[in-house]
Amino acid sequence: MQFDFSDDQKALQSDVRRFFERASPISVVRALIDSDASHEASLWKQVSELGFLAAAIPVEYGGAGAGYLELCLVAEEVGRALAPLPAVSSIYQAAELLLLSGSVAQKERWLPRLANGESIATIAVAETVGEVTPDRIAAKVTDGKLTGTKRPVSDGLAADLAFVAAHGEGGLGLFLAELSLDGVQRSAVKSVDPSRKQAELRFNAVAVEQLGAAGAGQAVLSAMRDRAAVLVAFEQIGGAHAALTMARDYALGRYAFGKPIGGFQAIKHMLADMYVSLELARSNAYYGAWALATDASQLSLAAASARVAASDAYRHCATNNIHVHGGMGFTWDFDCHLHYRRARYLSSVLGAPPEWERKLIAAYGRVA
Amino acid sequence: MNFDDTPAEAEFRSRAAAWIAANAPFELEKELERANFGLQLHSTDPVAASKAWQKKKYDAGWAALRWPKEYGGAERSPIEQVIWSHEEGVFSKLNIPFAIGFGMCGPTVMKWAREDQKRQLLPRLASGQDIWCQLFSEPAAGSDLAGIRTRAERDGDEWVVNGQKIWTSGARDAEWGLLITRTDPTIAKHRGLTMFFLDMKSPGIEIRPIRQANEESHFNEVYFTDVRIPDAQRLGEVGQGWTVALTTLMNERMSIGAEMPTSFAELYALCRELGVIGDSAVVSRLAKFAVKASGLRYTAFRAISALSRGEQPGPENSIGKLVAGSMIQEMSQFALDLEGEAGMLLETEISPERAWFRATLLRSPAIRIEGGTDEVLRNIIAERVLGLPPEARVDKDVPFNQIPSAATAAR
Repeated sequence: MQFDFSDDQKALQSDVRRFFERASPISVVRALIDSDASHEASLWKQVSELGFLAAAIPVEYGGAGAGYLELCLVAEEVGRALAPLPAVSSIYQAAELLLLSGSVAQKERWLPRLANGESIATIAVAETVGEVTPDRIAAKVTDGKLTGTKRPVSDGLAADLAFVAAHGEGGLGLFLAELSLDGVQRSAVKSVDPSRKQAELRFNAVAVEQLGAAGAGQAVLSAMRDRAAVLVAFEQIGGAHAALTMARDYALGRYAFGKPIGGFQAIKHMLADMYVSLELARSNAYYGAWALATDASQLSLAAASARVAASDAYRHCATNNIHVHGGMGFTWDFDCHLHYRRARYLSSVLGAPPEWERKLIAAYGRVA
Repeated sequence: MNFDDTPAEAEFRSRAAAWIAANAPFELEKELERANFGLQLHSTDPVAASKAWQKKKYDAGWAALRWPKEYGGAERSPIEQVIWSHEEGVFSKLNIPFAIGFGMCGPTVMKWAREDQKRQLLPRLASGQDIWCQLFSEPAAGSDLAGIRTRAERDGDEWVVNGQKIWTSGARDAEWGLLITRTDPTIAKHRGLTMFFLDMKSPGIEIRPIRQANEESHFNEVYFTDVRIPDAQRLGEVGQGWTVALTTLMNERMSIGAEMPTSFAELYALCRELGVIGDSAVVSRLAKFAVKASGLRYTAFRAISALSRGEQPGPENSIGKLVAGSMIQEMSQFALDLEGEAGMLLETEISPERAWFRATLLRSPAIRIEGGTDEVLRNIIAERVLGLPPEARVDKDVPFNQIPSAATAAR
């Protein structure tokens, strides 16, 4: 059994980590948070040139063709660095959606551009509060024209194209919309994590292309989200590890009552519990990585397990990281809240944990 | 990343499986599957069945897989031990009477006993002749193990032991015991300890089963009244007992690659039986248990993978009992909640799942205490994995007989 990443894959991960330490220190994250820019374009360009995020896109579509295991480890480093990149939208979701159900022409046109970062794509599904279900979607496509309003759309200000869920012929479908067309209106929506910007997109009779079979939107979306959930889980464990490390380092350096606070059992046990949730999440994420890389029949169960465990671990670690820092953790200047915010964003972005808990138990029932 | 055996591992696995299929006591299979905690058999004497299985394995070269041949072992690799355990499956429950011997006492004897003693004692353990017990905990010394009070006083070539041990598994069945004693109460507590092994049939030993909170009597109290032990059965130097004990305790926590059984499958089956899978509150709880169960499972797989590469598994292994203990406890409460008012009954004629969660309700508090409490395990993770400072120990350099205790506080 080799239920682990190979030495080559770990070496790649080290390279990616060093790259982010150099190219995306926390000052870069904070600069985007304080600006109205849609994304960190210079970092996106550098990452794209290095091809890190194109790891799982096949060579014939301009990707690196390395594989999903490599992309998982890249995602872990994106999460650790809190990198302000549209990776969740453009790579984990949009590229996967194209690979799953795009026509050859759509793949040939768009995948190379997503792989080299020239274009950014996003997913526009939700419209209102609550879990996304067909009856909560009002957007419609009639005669090839899309009308409707989507929010939140992650990276919707930066994106060049969006895959939009809308009712069309045969039921709920997915439609490719180019966002430079007339009839598209975009506006910023304040995000809990301002390093990952959110938008509202309004479509008024915008010409769109069908993606995949008519009426297959829900099935394709669900299959894509399983794949994205594994990748997001790696961002989450990267972030959780960073938050745990911050808390540990602070507990060693902060003195109270004549000794480092990390010497008090109340703090030690809190940190031990953070470590436990991180390791449980990591092991679940590894299983997800295996299922994603081998396209295993257990992917739905593995993805839901990875997502539920990683969402819990990152929130737990980010929350307690603030607590270990005491009052300083509640200041804007300390970075604790950046993880707290990112953890919330990553828990929401593919549908929140309760939805994934149901998917998990349903998938367990199918294999049990 | 894969779950496949190497060719050598596959070859070992198929040989192990074939031997087990041809030799295991299949007449006990059903009963073993039903056994909840410990080795419970009704059709036959469990200790005799356990010794017979161990002897059979020994004769065929499948016993003490990790030990050197001269001590009765098979000199196999750690990953082969894991593969064997996997293949042994439900029959591994027959090993429970030997768990303390192989897990703790054997490794301590191997490290600290004289060569002739090792050649005498260890093959007897490997071949299922001798059961060992561990005489460490005392009524006033649990997590604070170095606070033990059982006295050993030198008398020529012998030591005379007086005191009391508690929570001793298998004391009634054991041929040998590993005993930690206080030989000098006038110096600091960790320095005044000495380790021995002794014949459990020695005069002056009295064993009293403890009636546990779950009505079973797996654990014992062991009383020592002028019990004489030859000095030749001392392990390590006089005053070196703490160092010797650390060998034992390190082995106790090193059940590498062993997946803690959490019985999520049983909980899911119960929810199906009761028709509550559609309830959203039930689903949410189930999912939270599921990711802990799978997390533990794949954490064990990570450790097995490290063993397969010939490496030491990482510290993530230390989370197993900590997670499983409270999880089993919470699952049993949840399972009985699902039964409504019937959850208050200890019925016997019910499904195996419903019986299991009744057994775990009453047994699980002990899981979080035995072999290191949840708090001790959190300290270990915090100190050894995360590098946080140890607790300040106010009694560290105080002569043992001057350390405050409940008795001195009452004065």
